[in-house]
This record gives sequence, C-alpha cells and structure tokens, in this order.
Amino acid sequence: MSDRPRAAAPAADLATTVVLAAFIAVLGLFPGVYVGASGVPIVVQNMGPFLAGVLVGARRAVFALLLLLALVAIGLPLLSGGRGGLAPFVGPSGGFLLGWILSALVSGLIAQRARRPGLPLLLLAAFAGLVADYLVGIPWLAVYTGSWSTAVTGSLVFVPGDLAKVVIAALVASLVHRALPGRLVGRT
Amino acid sequence: MNPLGLYAPGTSPLHRAPAGPKLLVLLVVVTLVVVRSDVGWLAGACGLVAVGYAVARPPWARVWQVARLLLVLAVFVGGLQLWLVGPQAAAVTVLSLVAALAAASLFTLTTRIDAVVAAVERGLGPLRRFGVRPERLGLLVGLTVQAVGTLAAIAASVREAAVARGAGRSPTAFAVPFVVRTLRHADELGEALAARGVGDEDADERTG
Repeated sequence: MSDRPRAAAPAADLATTVVLAAFIAVLGLFPGVYVGASGVPIVVQNMGPFLAGVLVGARRAVFALLLLLALVAIGLPLLSGGRGGLAPFVGPSGGFLLGWILSALVSGLIAQRARRPGLPLLLLAAFAGLVADYLVGIPWLAVYTGSWSTAVTGSLVFVPGDLAKVVIAALVASLVHRALPGRLVGRT
Repeated sequence: MNPLGLYAPGTSPLHRAPAGPKLLVLLVVVTLVVVRSDVGWLAGACGLVAVGYAVARPPWARVWQVARLLLVLAVFVGGLQLWLVGPQAAAVTVLSLVAALAAASLFTLTTRIDAVVAAVERGLGPLRRFGVRPERLGLLVGLTVQAVGTLAAIAASVREAAVARGAGRSPTAFAVPFVVRTLRHADELGEALAARGVGDEDADERTG
C-alpha cells in the first residue's frame, strides 16, 4: 500500500480496481469443485487475492480487495455462496477474509520484483500470498475457538486445495503475462 | 438470489432506525459478545437478538438462510471444541458465534445499501481534510455492481467457447481467456472513465 493516503486513483487505476473487485466476486459464482475423495468442496474465490496480486501488482490488488471487502460489508452478496453483510467478518473465518488484503499485498510485492516474472517467481509469490492469509486467519480463528490446536486442525483440511489453487493461479498468471505484458507495475 | 443485496424490505422500527446509529449499536453488541465469556450473559444476548428478529420480521426464507449457516457453523466449531477442549468452552464459543453472526445478519437484512453508503460517507466526512473523498464510495458501488454483471457474461461466453473446443475440463483453457478479457475490460472502462473526466482532478497523483 502507498505510504500516504491517496485522494483517488486516476481513471485507469480506478477501472482496474473496480474490475478486479468484480472479478473476484465473479469467482465466487462458480460452484465448488470436489477434488478426489476429500469431502471438502474447493471454492475458487479465495484464490482471487493472490491471483490479483500476481496479475496487477501490490497496489492495485490491495485497492481491489479493500473495495471488494467494503462492498461485502455494506451488504452486497459478493462472497461465494451469495454471502455478504457484516456477518462473514465477525464470524470465525473473518480473519481469512481480512487476510485477503495482506495476501494481495505480499503476492503483489514479490511478483513485481521482476519486469517479466517467470513461473517460479509467480509460484513463490502466490504461495507467499496464501501463507499471509493463513497468518491472519488462523490466529483469528484461535481467538474464536479459544485454542490453537482447534484452529490449526480446522484449517488443515483446506491446505491441499489451497496449494492446488496456488499452482493454478501461477500458471494462469504466467500465460496472461505472456499475452498482455507490462501489467504488473501499471501501464505508463 | 437478489442481485441488489441482502436487504429485505420492511416497515418495522428496526427498518426505520437510522443506519449510522444502528451500525454503532451493532459494533458495540458484537464487541461485547466476543469479549465476554459468561454463558448466562451470552444466552441473554442471543435472546435479545432473537427479539430483534421478532420485531423486524424478515421473510422466513431469509431467516432460514441465516439459521442454516449458523447451524452448520455451530455444529462444526462446537463439535471440534467439545472434542478438543470441553463443554464449557464449546458452549461459550457457540453462543457468542450465534449472537454475533445473527446480530450482523439482522443489520444487513434491515438496512438498505444506499442508507449504509450514506452513513459511511457521513462518518468518513472528517477524513476529507486528509484527502479522502467519501462521495467516491457511491460511484464505486455502482461501477462494481455493473462490472460484476459484465464479467459474469464474459465468463459464460468464455466457458461456452472452451466447451465448444472440447476443452471444457481444462482449468487454464477457461481461466486464461477469462482473465485476459477481464483485464481488457478494465482497459476499456478506464478509457471510458477518462473520457468522462473521472480521475482528471488528480492526474498528478500518477507520479506517486
């Protein structure tokens, strides 16, 4: 995030922010996919934050996430399964929602270290974004459940699916960067 | 699903209460519920929220939606707690969970989105001297809702194209064109906004 408060983004930044926020909301429209024998559906929406980060860089991705979460908070049903309002934030998984902002920041900062990031860097960036989300989400969950072991155990089921999402996000981003170069630091 | 939000129209006192104070009350209730760990007190809070629902009388389908979510969470989190910690901790967690989530949902059910936007714009007013422009919020809400519709249509057409090519099961055959067209749409929207003078006022920000 920039150091000083920004008055407002110029048109291109504003448009990217708005469209990416909508993009992550649309990811929530896809039904969960069941992978293998695990009974946990893999929802694609939570790959949105680190995908946004590795696509357009930290600043724009963070603004997109702030916008999306603000719209969810005022009552638009933009989270997967048509959830919205203030309830998702105060619930036990609220930390994972707020962690999206850190996730976009971390993945974006790593990805934009290279002008033309290759797959290994994108993988690293997306993975770091995922870890950042867990770093916010698990302590929050632990406050709710009152025990670290419950929080960690409860989160473990999502790890395999989330790792798959990291790989998909990095693959998609590397192909998109080849098709539309120069997106990471903003077009000038 | 109602695309315009989770608001359920009504005329109850809760519907008519101004959004700003209502939001403040909600924040106080949620904070208290998360901080306190006394079972009797938490049960009282749940009762109070239930009275709120009785006053607001949202449609049964919407109440059922909220109740189903709460039930799933209560069983999952409560079960884990019961197994790993004990009945006392499980009761506290489940009760505070139910009270906080039900109260937050009640706010969302009884408050129109434009009322929330107006309240937040007023609340952010004092930040104006630091360069924040709260009136942008309304514009952003409108643009984003519109973009959700556009991108959903793009997703559907990209999906059809992938299926027609026989690549319906490959994630990248769908995702890559979808993301590319999403970013192109951002470019078009940026040009349209620039043509209407949005962002001109602070073009010098660009160097920052």
